Amino acid sequence: MTYKVTEEGNISTVFLNGEIDMDVTEKAKEVILPLVESGKEVHINLKDVSYMDSSGISVLIESHQKALEKNTKVVVKEVSKSVLKVIMMAKLEQILNLG
Amino acid sequence: MNFYNSSLNQISETKDFLVNSSSLKDIRTFSRNVFDKINLPQEQKDELVLAIAEAAQNIVKHGYKGVEETADRMEIKISLKEDELEIGFFDKGKAVVPGNVHHRKLDDIKPGGLGTFFIKEIMDAAVFKKDQKGWVNHLILTKKI
Repeated sequence: MTYKVTEEGNISTVFLNGEIDMDVTEKAKEVILPLVESGKEVHINLKDVSYMDSSGISVLIESHQKALEKNTKVVVKEVSKSVLKVIMMAKLEQILNLG
Repeated sequence: MNFYNSSLNQISETKDFLVNSSSLKDIRTFSRNVFDKINLPQEQKDELVLAIAEAAQNIVKHGYKGVEETADRMEIKISLKEDELEIGFFDKGKAVVPGNVHHRKLDDIKPGGLGTFFIKEIMDAAVFKKDQKGWVNHLILTKKI
């Protein structure tokens, strides 16, 4: 997994790239959670994520819940078809902010 | 040993992997390579790869919980006989008590606990066998395809 972060106003966008599994979730959390904790609105762009398993889904849930704690929000953007299927299998499409 | 006979629609491929999260990518590659030999919709192949990766992840995460590093290996066997797909997992982690294997309730939104749910959604059955053949755990996932 690789990533890139861009900033625009109060919105940080994290572009993740590759496959998100248990092996890289700590790295993903290290990138995303501090941004959320700083109170910024965080967009997680998944257009270049070809695979995500339950560990990756856990990162999205944790980020979403942390945002609620901090009175901000995490928006999951441009979800690839294969990842959307996993999100829907977990019945999280109504819980996560899919933009 | 690997065996593939397209005319009989039979496949049997086995590979072992170091028990480590860094092996998950190799496990997906192995699974994808096997499923490339089977005439299935790509969406179903992706689901099967996810189920295999989740089962392997459970071995790393739960079977070796508290173990920082191990030289142990796990073995994965993918077999197809006609329309019956069988995926076997052998490991030497902590013995699994099948009754203790459960996923979280979906409406209890929290990180974790989804891997077993995905396996159950994707596969027809998940059974721990008693024929461990020298291993500690032998999980078999099956699906009619």
